[in-house]
Amino acid sequence: MLGTIDLSLVDWSRAQFALTAIYHWFFVPLTLGLSFLIAIMETIYVRTGNEEWKRITKFWMKLFGINFAIGIATGIILEFEFGTNWSNYSWMVGDIFGAPLAIEGIFAFFLESTFIAVMFFGWNKVSKKFHLTSTWLVAFGSNLSALWILVANAWMQYPVGMHFNPGTARSEMLNFWDVLFSPFAVNKFLHTVTSAYVVAALFVLGISAWYLYKKRELLLAKRSIIVAAVFGLISALFLAMTGDGSAYLVAQKQPMKLAAMEGLYHGKKGADLVVFGVLKNDAHKDSLDNFTFNLGIPKLLSALGYKNSNAFVPGIKDLVDGNPKENIMSAGAKIEKGRVALAALASFKEFKKLKNQTKADSALGVFNANSTYMGYGYFDTPESIIPNVPLTFYSFRIMILLGGFFIFLFMLVLYFAMKNKLESKKLLLFITMLSFPLGYLASETGWIVAEVGRQPWAIQDLLPTAVATTHIGTSSVITTFVIFAVLFTALLIAEIKIMISQIKSGPEGGDHV
Amino acid sequence: MFETYSYLFLQQYWWVIESLLAALLVFLMFVQGGQTSLNTIAKTEEEKTMLVNALGRKWELTFTTLVTFGGAMFAAFPKFYSTSFGGAYWVWIAILFCFIIQAVSYEFRRKPGNFLGQKVYEAFLFINGSLGIFLIGTAVATFFTGSDFKINDYNQVEWLSSTRGLEAVLNIQNVALGLGVFFLVRILGAQYFINNINDENIDARSRKQVIYNSIPFLLFFLTFVGMLLFKDGFAYDTATNNVYLESYKYLHNLLQMPIVLILFLFGVVFVLGGIFITAFKRSKKGIWFSGLGTIFTVFALFMLAGFNHTSFYPSASNLQSSLTIENSSSSHYTLAAMGYVSLFVPFVVLYIYVVWKAIDKKKIDKQEIKENDHIY
Ligand code: HDD
Ligand code: HEM
Ligand code: HEM
Repeated sequence: MLGTIDLSLVDWSRAQFALTAIYHWFFVPLTLGLSFLIAIMETIYVRTGNEEWKRITKFWMKLFGINFAIGIATGIILEFEFGTNWSNYSWMVGDIFGAPLAIEGIFAFFLESTFIAVMFFGWNKVSKKFHLTSTWLVAFGSNLSALWILVANAWMQYPVGMHFNPGTARSEMLNFWDVLFSPFAVNKFLHTVTSAYVVAALFVLGISAWYLYKKRELLLAKRSIIVAAVFGLISALFLAMTGDGSAYLVAQKQPMKLAAMEGLYHGKKGADLVVFGVLKNDAHKDSLDNFTFNLGIPKLLSALGYKNSNAFVPGIKDLVDGNPKENIMSAGAKIEKGRVALAALASFKEFKKLKNQTKADSALGVFNANSTYMGYGYFDTPESIIPNVPLTFYSFRIMILLGGFFIFLFMLVLYFAMKNKLESKKLLLFITMLSFPLGYLASETGWIVAEVGRQPWAIQDLLPTAVATTHIGTSSVITTFVIFAVLFTALLIAEIKIMISQIKSGPEGGDHV
Repeated sequence: MFETYSYLFLQQYWWVIESLLAALLVFLMFVQGGQTSLNTIAKTEEEKTMLVNALGRKWELTFTTLVTFGGAMFAAFPKFYSTSFGGAYWVWIAILFCFIIQAVSYEFRRKPGNFLGQKVYEAFLFINGSLGIFLIGTAVATFFTGSDFKINDYNQVEWLSSTRGLEAVLNIQNVALGLGVFFLVRILGAQYFINNINDENIDARSRKQVIYNSIPFLLFFLTFVGMLLFKDGFAYDTATNNVYLESYKYLHNLLQMPIVLILFLFGVVFVLGGIFITAFKRSKKGIWFSGLGTIFTVFALFMLAGFNHTSFYPSASNLQSSLTIENSSSSHYTLAAMGYVSLFVPFVVLYIYVVWKAIDKKKIDKQEIKENDHIY
């Protein structure tokens, strides 16, 4: 089935989506987290009436504004890209997937864009209370937009609340609440927004550390550090908890992704969690030893993924070749059933056209019996269901190790800040400055785990990525890929340069020209 | 309550909402219109700063309306979303490009270290207001003139022209609408400056712009409407879903839906009235009249496109592939669920109104720009 689809088209479409999503995600975490930090700072200002807090609030708000604009620029392309580059996807699941996107616009984006105007232009025009409320509403609105898009994304990992309608050849929604409150959605939202708070806290800490290092803006820096370190520490702890929740759900519903995350080629009982390891270049499901080096904690993977330290964790080989002992069906068998389903769907449509109701009904019967595996019918070989293992594996390690490091960093910074000794700890200041790009790294690698690990599915077990794409000349997609790459890179450079010059000129300078 | 309504009612309800969003969007494009007049209306850097700031406080509203329009199309008419965006790939990509470059331009324009330089960001604003608007106008005109595509049994689109949508600019009627909208939003932009900024020079030059742009606007708009009333339209039979060409279809639609006819006429009168009071009565309220008129007119055009058994996204070469609100919508369940969401729209409109009333209380002038600490 996939033989008829131009694979380089799919790859370029993926590359383009990945490029634009990765760019969008450079700016979004800061919006999500900084908006809360600003709201907290402004609250302190309104409570204490201390003008210095107003100055601090306005400084971070200025950086927020620069970041926000480019977040929007990169967001609009993602929204329409589902139509332009994943048009089959848009039709086949638009009935479910479109709703959160529309709701996001109506509920969240208007809230953000309206109250952001008060935040920036309203200082002398509305009361202090009105202004503060607006700042909180911006924070609330941006996090609400995260909710809806993450509901949509979670549904791609674990499609619920719907059924496939053979008449229209698409999936249709049966229960909105199932989609909204799917455990994947809840957990993904919590994990992602807390990751964003961590990124924003690292951003504030990094810049403040630079001021301390340079012995400038000491009051602003110290106060910002306290707020950011507390906020960051709480978020980072919560992040680790929700990350554990994510891994548990992945183990339950996306066993292949879990196997890729762990480089687990052969399933076992009481599986260990790899803390660090190096995969062999030719790692393969049929080879018994796939690590050059590997440091693991015994039984932890079983314990985390199945809440039972002796549970069997299927490996890539089990999922591809099947494992009757553990009651795992082989991918080959699923592909067979999937093909039967697809063929039955085609005859159902044919008989419908010919108005032969009895034959249509019997084709429908065959379809219904096999429809669970319909998505598999598109694949040519059982091995097609394996995602890119090294990319998923290493990305996952990077994210987790950094997650641990950030908790440690926040505690250290908070400790010395409370003792008012941070200024003299040059090395710590230096590490803090360097840590803020690491926040972005952790965050982006998280998405790589989630998205690359899901491949080859656009919608898990339902719709292969290759089927989801728009039929268009590959050269068109290459051209748009290059356009976006050049444009977004130019804008990113502009953003970074503007940020740097605003930070260098401090709270007072820069903006007035 | 929504789940008890018929499927057809919900489809129509959602088409009405889309039409409203589109109508509001065209009105809010005064921002884009203003962006194309920066150098004609401002003669000094200070004046330009006032113009940019007047627009800069509103651009996100327009932008968000565009995004919401797209999102609502995805949710309510996914087949339109997949057919048009995936099919007419290059037009939509070009339009998106014009909006991406707008989004950073206000914030980055005069910031130190902005890498591309002030001139480039101003050029971005101009491209957004000219090419972006023109292309949106032409793309919407294809709702009446049709495109060349085929939809297969699995509802996948196959676009027959290799220019993927850009071929729309070869049709005179499409171009007429594109240019008509372009000049209309320039009029609205100038009227907005008159209303929002307290400055004699800007006021005087804006009024001139309103007059100058009215002439081409009328020319192109009347060309479009004239061609529309006399052309064959894409009708469908509700019983068989068969799509066929009907002579004078859109004229018939107007006559068979008198409310739409009245809205359309009121709309045109309001647009002209707004222009008139701006040009000859020295009123500052022109934007409200022309704006309301724009909303009525665009709304009526969308009704003509989708109601009364008309295909709103016709395929000129494969009639049976044409999209109608009945064959391209989401399921009954989704439309009903989204119906509840739509109940929040008036609430959203209300807070937008309250907030802007508070902020626009004080008009922009030289003093205000000096005092404000967040200026573009
Ligand atoms: C600052 C960024 C950051 C940090 C420190 C962490 N994560 Fe994370 N992680 C993300 C940022 C992120 C993310 C970008 O937000 C992702 C991508 C998609 C998602 O839902 O969250 C993600 C995804 C993600 C997934 C995949 C979920 C899926 O496939 O749906 C798992 C299993 C974890 N994370 C687990 C963890 C664990 C156990 C961490 C230990 C502390 C951790 N993450 C720290
Ligand atoms: C493919 C997925 C995504 C799509 C289609 C998308 C779409 C968009 C669009 C259209 C905008 C501009 C909105 C405006 O007009 O104001 C935007 C901005 C935004 N998006 Fe996304 N987005 C995606 C992923 C995400 C994710 C994963 C998050 C958060 C978890 C997120 C959070 C935000 C926020 C907070 C903004 C506000 C602007 C900013 O960040 O500067 N988006 N997005
Ligand atoms: C914002 C951070 C995100 C990043 C960094 C990201 C990254 C990626 C990457 C790397 C791919 C390509 C996977 C591959 O190599 O095969 C991809 C594909 C995709 N992602 Fe994401 N993603 C993000 C968010 C989202 C969200 C929020 C959604 C949905 C709402 C989404 C939907 C998709 C779709 C539709 C594709 C194309 C089909 C596919 O390959 O599955 N992504 N993304």
